[in-house]
Amino acid sequence: MNKKERLVIVGAGMASGRMLEHLFETDPERFDITLFGAEPRGNYNRIMLSPVLAGEKSFDQIVTHDAAWYDAHQVECRFGETITRIDRAAKMVCSASSETPYDKLVIATGSAPFMIPVAGRDLPGVMAFRDYDDVQAMVAAARKKGAKAVVIGGGLLGLEAAAALRLYGMEVVVLHLMGHLMERQLDAAAGYLLQKELESRGIKVHCKAQTSAIVGHGRTEAVLLDDGTLYPADIVVMAVGIRPEARIATDAGLHVERGIVVDDRMLTSDPDILAIGECCEHGGICYGLVAPLYDMAKVAAKTLTGVEAAFRSIETATQLKVTGVSLYSAGDFADAPDREDIVLRNSGAGIYKRLVLKDNRIVGAVLYGETTDGAWYFDMLRKGTDVSEVRETLIFGQSRQGGASLDPMAAVAALPDDAEICGCNGVCKGKIVSAIIAKDLTSLDDVRAHTKASASCGSCTGLVEQLMTLTLGDKYNPGAVQPICGCTTLGHGDVRRLIKAKSLKTIPAVMQELEWKTSCGCAKCRPALNYYLVCDWPDEYADDYQSRFVNERVHANIQKDGTYSVVPRMWGGVTSAKELRAIADVVDKFHIPTVKVTGGQRIDMLGVRKEDLPGVWADLGRAGFISGHAYAKGLRTVKTCVGSDWCRFGTQDSTGLGIRIEKFMWGSWTPAKVKMAVSGCPRNCAEATCKDVGVICVDSGYEIHFAGAAGLDIKGTEVLGVVKTEDDALEHIVALVQMYREQAHYLERIYKWAKRVGLDEIRRQILEDPQKRKAYFDRFAFSRKFAQVDPWSERVSGKDKHEFRPMAAIGFPVVAEGAL
Amino acid sequence: MSWIAIGVTADIPLRGARCVTTPQGPIAVFRTVENRFFAIEDRCPHKGGPLSQGIVHGAQVTCPLHNWVISLETGMALGADEGSVRTFALKVEGEKLLISSEALARRTA
Ligand code: SRM
Ligand SMILES: Cc1cc2nc3c(=O)[nH]c(=O)nc-3n(C[C@H](O)[C@H](O)[C@H](O)COP(=O)(O)OP(=O)(O)OC[C@H]3O[C@@H](n4cnc5c(N)ncnc54)[C@H](O)[C@@H]3O)c2cc1C
Ligand code: SF4
Ligand code: FES
Repeated sequence: MNKKERLVIVGAGMASGRMLEHLFETDPERFDITLFGAEPRGNYNRIMLSPVLAGEKSFDQIVTHDAAWYDAHQVECRFGETITRIDRAAKMVCSASSETPYDKLVIATGSAPFMIPVAGRDLPGVMAFRDYDDVQAMVAAARKKGAKAVVIGGGLLGLEAAAALRLYGMEVVVLHLMGHLMERQLDAAAGYLLQKELESRGIKVHCKAQTSAIVGHGRTEAVLLDDGTLYPADIVVMAVGIRPEARIATDAGLHVERGIVVDDRMLTSDPDILAIGECCEHGGICYGLVAPLYDMAKVAAKTLTGVEAAFRSIETATQLKVTGVSLYSAGDFADAPDREDIVLRNSGAGIYKRLVLKDNRIVGAVLYGETTDGAWYFDMLRKGTDVSEVRETLIFGQSRQGGASLDPMAAVAALPDDAEICGCNGVCKGKIVSAIIAKDLTSLDDVRAHTKASASCGSCTGLVEQLMTLTLGDKYNPGAVQPICGCTTLGHGDVRRLIKAKSLKTIPAVMQELEWKTSCGCAKCRPALNYYLVCDWPDEYADDYQSRFVNERVHANIQKDGTYSVVPRMWGGVTSAKELRAIADVVDKFHIPTVKVTGGQRIDMLGVRKEDLPGVWADLGRAGFISGHAYAKGLRTVKTCVGSDWCRFGTQDSTGLGIRIEKFMWGSWTPAKVKMAVSGCPRNCAEATCKDVGVICVDSGYEIHFAGAAGLDIKGTEVLGVVKTEDDALEHIVALVQMYREQAHYLERIYKWAKRVGLDEIRRQILEDPQKRKAYFDRFAFSRKFAQVDPWSERVSGKDKHEFRPMAAIGFPVVAEGAL
Repeated sequence: MSWIAIGVTADIPLRGARCVTTPQGPIAVFRTVENRFFAIEDRCPHKGGPLSQGIVHGAQVTCPLHNWVISLETGMALGADEGSVRTFALKVEGEKLLISSEALARRTA
């Protein structure tokens, strides 16, 4: 039998993962492969740890190679095992528990985070930001109430960590040694804009900060600076840089400078040992971004299979992965006498662009606030394109060149075939377009799988989608990309369309007709289907309560201890002595432990026992209260300010309008929750400009806003338009919400839906087309007839009784009936 | 094994659950779409969530607190999560539902 060569790989990270893929594409049978990884898990997309930390993605979503993949390719995985020594004479790698022989060895150990050598750096609570363990440690700390974090290092990594930790409500301070943030990528002006943005999110930034010690008894308590400033800290995240992880190579006597020295073929000074990734050094450079590492992986796979290949250093571009901040930087922009700058500043709009030219060629680009032209500049930078012809208009971007339109699609269409779209994976436009055509790719996931474009940091997803639209036209439906869940291959958009087209009117009918893969769905698809059916067939469909999340089934919010909270409606945030007295009585009677004023201008009673709910509701109902739907994918609150009734600035009756909207719209189910607010003047005390729908009253009428967000994302609203009367305002708002009800995917808030369908489309249908508007309004008005039944009073009168009491009590001493 | 009557099949909605209280804590009794009945401890292995309040699908329930999926047949957490709850023998006699008396015994192992 022909014995295979033994290939051993040390380090199961991004570089070696990519190398294995190339290897299996070209020569899958060649080696018996053993893969060692110090982390107790296989390869994942390390870049995406920031979104995982921010809670925007789950760890599962960033795993690139799972157990099934390793299995299918017969890779022997030794995760959780650190290689401590290479015995080159015996051709063996050793760990604490094993010795493994190799014919070829690949070192892909990545980098180790640099920990600044100050007193206290070993205290528990000091951590790096490098792997998933670090993320878990940070999340655990961030979840503690009132916890404080100090992030040392204001570079890419530090800022991504700081922004994410801030999202958990932590108090976050960023300490940065240099005069401005991200000084390696940004100049001072852009650094300043970035600092302002972070400060507006409540992150404190301290530049020129020299850390002198981390202090604490038994765990970190604070960080002390040279100038005596003391920042309290429950955790300290060090993100000051990385060092190639080359220890085993040094010990084995390989040639190591800053990293393990490799030649163009990725061979180290020992011809049987290769090194790739951040641990190695090529041409005097150690890399810290994936694009060049992926090139290394490709070259190493070729070298291993005996094919000629050479690695060439490449220019890299970076983006900051903080939601809501657009920042792009490429090349070099240090000041030098032979260089010229072109700068565009619009600090009002938060835009800053700088191009550095040398001999009429772009050598550096920094874009802040608006980064769509990044790919275009980077393409010219890499190619050394002479820009003297277009110099005058260059800074305004590609769309302003030679009369081309402002349409982003046209900009993508105008890119040459060899323009790089995905910087991480070095994929150019031509390759993506030809893969789409040749392999008949219609979903983003397919394009990712076949070309790797946008499969790493994801910041070019928009460009890739534009290319798909350009190539496929209507055949590309971004909504169809993600199936609803594992029970179906269809996405939300298709399911909604087919429910209408095929007149499907029950959940079993949908599952049957659309070929569901499970017998009765799951907790993800059933609530979505139930909503779509309620929305589409308001008078015919019988709501399926068993497909609702418990809160919507029992009309209260479940709490961590299994008790419930009760929030009655307080129209527009207005209450009375009688209502408050009724609440006080209920609280006393049912021994409700907590009463809290909510962020939505009403009162929450927390800790109610499930059996008590009908009793609580009965008493509240007698005082005139109905359910506040604090648990519902439906209208929550309409916050108001005091308006023209009282306020010296009020221009209209904002309180009255808010109450009118709430009374008209309560009870209807929506794809996700809907929150509104009405402010009496532009001082905006009801905070209408961060709501799903908001109104700002002005002298001349009502300015209608929509698509704001102030939860997981923060986003100011868009203006729909200004209308003259209260009736007009109500009609526009109801029509807008109905359009959303009919089109959005389940759990998609208004701002996400609006982004998907386009603001102009919404304005066109709601503002500019009175007939469409009226039709939407009428459909809402029709459906609300079936929805405005107070669920609490229904249950007080006996509906769903079984929900509120146990079926039986066994093993308890028998008591007389009446005493129970 | 002795059996204790806890109610009738119609007490539990299809794809639904009810709970039975015992001195050892609540037990959740489920009825699947195929009219099969199961009884398991009403305490999610994750953070103690009340499984009887979850959405029932197939022979599984999704916990209402953080969406762990628990098999009603084995009591094991499915997917990436690890953990299990006690299961109890349940018997349907005509309309009547009976639970094994071990439901009253403390967990020994
Ligand atoms: C009670 C309240 C906090 C308070 O004490 O003030 C609250 C409590 C909860 N919020 Fe909230 N939110 C409350 C105002 C807000 C606000 C502020 C506002 O409405 O003006 C926001 C930001 C605006 C927004 O909606 O985005 C807010 C953004 C969230 C989010 C993030 C939603 C998002 O899409 O970004 C969630 C999570 C979710 O819905 O998936 C959430 C979820 C929750 C849940 C339902 C968590 C859960 O699933 O159990 C909490 C229920 C507690 C309970 O039983 O009452 N809550 N929540 C507030 C109730 C307002 C009310 O009267 O109905
Ligand atoms: C939070 C974060 C955000 C980032 N964002 C970006 C970005 O936006 N764009 C970008 O281009 N790059 C980004 N990077 C950098 C990118 O992740 C790295 O360049 C890349 O992961 C390096 O790949 P690698 O294979 O060389 O090393 P790694 O992916 O680090 O893999 C090395 C593996 O080897 C293991 N190992 C080390 N020593 C041993 C040993 N002796 N025995 C066994 N196993 C060992 C390590 O535990 C590790 O799992 C980011 C990095 C982080 C941490
Ligand atoms: S009430 Fe809202 S912010 Fe507070 S813990 Fe619950 S979900 Fe988070
Ligand atoms: S308690 Fe059940 S999933 Fe967390």
